[in-house]
Amino acid sequence: MIDSNFRKALIEVVGKENFDDTNTEKLVYSYDATPGFQAMPDAVIAPRSTEEITEIVKLCNDYKVPIVPRGSGTNLCAGTCPLEGGVVLLFKHLNNILEIDEENLTVTVQPGVITSSLIEAVEEKGFFYPPDPSSMKISTIGGNINENSGGLRGLKYGVTADYVLGLQLVLPNGETIRTGGKLAKDVAGYDLTRLMVGSEGTLAIITEATLKLIPKPNDTKTLLAIFDRMEDAAETVSAIISNKIIPSTLEFLDNLTLNVVEDYAKVGLPTDVEAVLLIEQDGHQNVVEEDIASISEICSSNKAVSVHVAETKEEAEKLRTARRSALSALARLKPTTILEDATVPRSEIPKMVRSINDIAQKYNVNICTFGHAGDGNLHPTCLTDGRDREEMQRVEAAFEEIFKKAIELGGTITGEHGVGVMKAQYLGLKVGASGLDIMKSIKTAIDPHHIMNPGKVFSKESMMKEVVNNDNT
Amino acid sequence: MTTPEEKQKIQEAFHQRVDDDELLNCMRCGFCLPKCPTYIESGYKESHSPRGRIALMKAVSDGLIEPDEDVERSLELCLGCRACEPVCPSGVPYGHLLEEVRDIINQNKKFPFKTRVLRKIVFDHVFPHHHRIKTLTNLLSYYQSTGMQNIMHKTGVLNMFPDTLATMEKVLPQAPNKKKMNKRETIMTPVNTKKKRVAFFTGCLMDSLFRETNDATLELLKIAGCEIVIPDQQVCCGALHGHSGEKERARDLAKKNIKAFEALNVDYILTNAGGCGAFLSDYDHLLKEDEEWSGRAKKLSNKIIDFSSILVALDFHQNHLFLHQQVITYQDSCHLRNVLGIKDAPRRLIKAIDHITFQEMKDADTCCGSAGIYNITESEMSMKILDKKMINTKATHATTIVTSNPGCLLQMKLGVEREGMADKVRIVHLADLLLEAYQPN
Ligand SMILES: Cc1cc2nc3c(=O)[nH]c(=O)nc-3n(C[C@H](O)[C@H](O)[C@H](O)COP(=O)(O)OP(=O)(O)OC[C@H]3O[C@@H](n4cnc5c(N)ncnc54)[C@H](O)[C@@H]3O)c2cc1C
Ligand code: SF4
Ligand code: SF4
Repeated sequence: MIDSNFRKALIEVVGKENFDDTNTEKLVYSYDATPGFQAMPDAVIAPRSTEEITEIVKLCNDYKVPIVPRGSGTNLCAGTCPLEGGVVLLFKHLNNILEIDEENLTVTVQPGVITSSLIEAVEEKGFFYPPDPSSMKISTIGGNINENSGGLRGLKYGVTADYVLGLQLVLPNGETIRTGGKLAKDVAGYDLTRLMVGSEGTLAIITEATLKLIPKPNDTKTLLAIFDRMEDAAETVSAIISNKIIPSTLEFLDNLTLNVVEDYAKVGLPTDVEAVLLIEQDGHQNVVEEDIASISEICSSNKAVSVHVAETKEEAEKLRTARRSALSALARLKPTTILEDATVPRSEIPKMVRSINDIAQKYNVNICTFGHAGDGNLHPTCLTDGRDREEMQRVEAAFEEIFKKAIELGGTITGEHGVGVMKAQYLGLKVGASGLDIMKSIKTAIDPHHIMNPGKVFSKESMMKEVVNNDNT
Repeated sequence: MTTPEEKQKIQEAFHQRVDDDELLNCMRCGFCLPKCPTYIESGYKESHSPRGRIALMKAVSDGLIEPDEDVERSLELCLGCRACEPVCPSGVPYGHLLEEVRDIINQNKKFPFKTRVLRKIVFDHVFPHHHRIKTLTNLLSYYQSTGMQNIMHKTGVLNMFPDTLATMEKVLPQAPNKKKMNKRETIMTPVNTKKKRVAFFTGCLMDSLFRETNDATLELLKIAGCEIVIPDQQVCCGALHGHSGEKERARDLAKKNIKAFEALNVDYILTNAGGCGAFLSDYDHLLKEDEEWSGRAKKLSNKIIDFSSILVALDFHQNHLFLHQQVITYQDSCHLRNVLGIKDAPRRLIKAIDHITFQEMKDADTCCGSAGIYNITESEMSMKILDKKMINTKATHATTIVTSNPGCLLQMKLGVEREGMADKVRIVHLADLLLEAYQPN
């Protein structure tokens, strides 16, 4: 329950129509796309301006009430689950594209803009904004920045972080600052922009973002290569890259995934083979054609049983749609779908894929793997039933082993979905004790009362210790 | 108001009757949100989105929250358009979940007296009886043709009704009188060689108020080479009941229809109203727990097909079709598209007409806000949705808007009337358009 004066003050800021604390409204903001996490907030609030956000943050800081910033709630790390209650802050009124600057090649947006609306708007003017998470038709730019989301085009064009030039932030003390700008170069002090990217709403509220645009590539070609053996596919990925070709997309689907996707999207994918690679190249027409020809050859010499170049735009689009719906199509098989994003250096992909299969067998769990194989970002996806306690324990144990394996191969526990609550307990595995300490001190320096999205990134116990320590010193 | 006892009963029934597997199957990915008209028009309120509604159903079923007024409101404001289904990667059968929970709320809640009487009249006394609908249509015909309508307009009596109803009254088609609605033959022979033997589901509104459209449909089918059987014992499909929390009554009607059609030796049962077709194709789900009927229901469901698909299959579009120059656009019927999966056949048929320009409308697949009686019960939301539809319609510069469901047709007429475009833009059913375009050799 929140303090009645606090409640009144919030309503004064945003107006009655933008404040809600009915059970219904609280319930529908108690979850995100992460299975197994749900917690009720105390209120839901939808500010109409940066100024209103400033007022809200000040109030929350005074009353020590948690703030959970929320875009569309599609994250896969329980990043918007209001673990400790508080107010869920929505950006639905802040959803305008403010400016497309054709001279500086930038676009400035409010955080609530939907990713695909942004992509469409800039493409209409001949520009290109590459980060394209599978969820782009509903995910927001604010969410993308805070998770540092990637997409199918990540291998060649990078992830969200590579496109964020400047931000407007409201800090937990209510101050508004701007970082970066429409600048190709900027070394004035610490790179706060970069610090905010991927901060999962735990440091500040992003109220505006200036993003980099690039010219739109004028040609794209799509290719599908089929492999009898999973290892051949994985080795093909490494071979393409070591041949100094960087395809714009290099995606990988294993047999189980293929079957499900085909069942759902009916695009004519083979279902009796072990693996399929979906490869795309974009750029100037002759370069694209040359690259696709070389890639075809590499696939064949790595024992591809068939290599097929999409003839038409529609065919290519269909193949892309199939890959985009992979995770979701898997969800049809079992009530609960747990999707991880362990990532390894791409040269280690064959080893990682083999290990995932072994681990799944060892724990007798059902894991399908697909993902952005080109950048080493695999999505081992577990199909299970959250109601089956015993199986869930095995699933957890399997994933822990997968994370450890990824780290052993020089990889990480999460490539693009973020830590959130889901992986907080494993963060130490990757960054070590000192790494954790530094991150915690940054957190506490910016947000001393821990009002910003508490319980995320750092597991709760370790954070409590931190707060106690601070009070002592 | 829902009493505490009612809430408890509702909660228990949710727990027992709503399919837990399907509720869990929703992975909360949010892919359905951008397709949901009530989510968008409510200003992006999660509680008026499919994902939110499913979460609410689950929370009530799990006993996490009470089925209070706000929960009910969320479920009421749903159009039932099922646009959330084709985009759902997990294949959550949202429409079935909605039907079930609406039925639970309806069965366990005592409505105010007025509502009860109205529901009784509509669901028990009018729609299940073809002849009563015809009598009402006849009355309407009398009203329209005797000058009564003029008097009503002039005296402003209609101003006493809510806006939507008053405008609705204006856009109703000229109703046929009793004579025109006389029984037709039960078997019709094709114009030339017989290519298929099919049955025709007449529908209740389609066979009364939209009698001419039914006649046009039959004519087209005869031209295309169909021998058509029209069983006499068929009744209302029950969609209106099913969508309004009257599942038991819907089941009764379904059984009557199964009996009426199962003995006929036909490959297909044709409909020309997306709403009816979709509901008929869902009979297997409606009766899935009834051992005696589930198999029979499945047989009927599998034979349901929209007349447009049959016309395409029989190459009707190869005929000479011609209309004077005009821009035509097509508004999808939600259930035809989202449940029966028909989107190409109607477009293909329209595009086969010489001299016309087909202009696809932005978001043609989005609901127009008609949704059964939604435009009367939830007229504020319905009109918001309709206004958006009209912006997209205008952008096509079409002077002819084609639909494939009577509800959509009336709603689009209402939209055009509200925009003051009634003299420039006409709304026609696909069957009427095709018959108009057909040029016999
Ligand atoms: C089916 C499916 C497919 C997916 N595919 C991909 C994929 O291909 N690649 C990928 O990287 N991810 C993917 N995701 C994960 C998810 O879509 C992304 O993380 C996305 O960026 C989240 O956007 P959102 O608007 O839903 O943010 P939310 O989930 O609402 O929030 C994400 C985080 O950002 C914070 N936040 C949001 N807005 C602000 C703000 N303005 N200021 C401060 N903090 C803020 C939140 O507190 C939270 O920590 C997928 C998810 C699903 C369900
Ligand atoms: S698209 Fe399907 S799985 Fe995703 S939130 Fe909507 S109903 Fe649930
Ligand atoms: S049926 Fe239509 S209105 Fe209802 S939740 Fe689905 S998309 Fe929204």
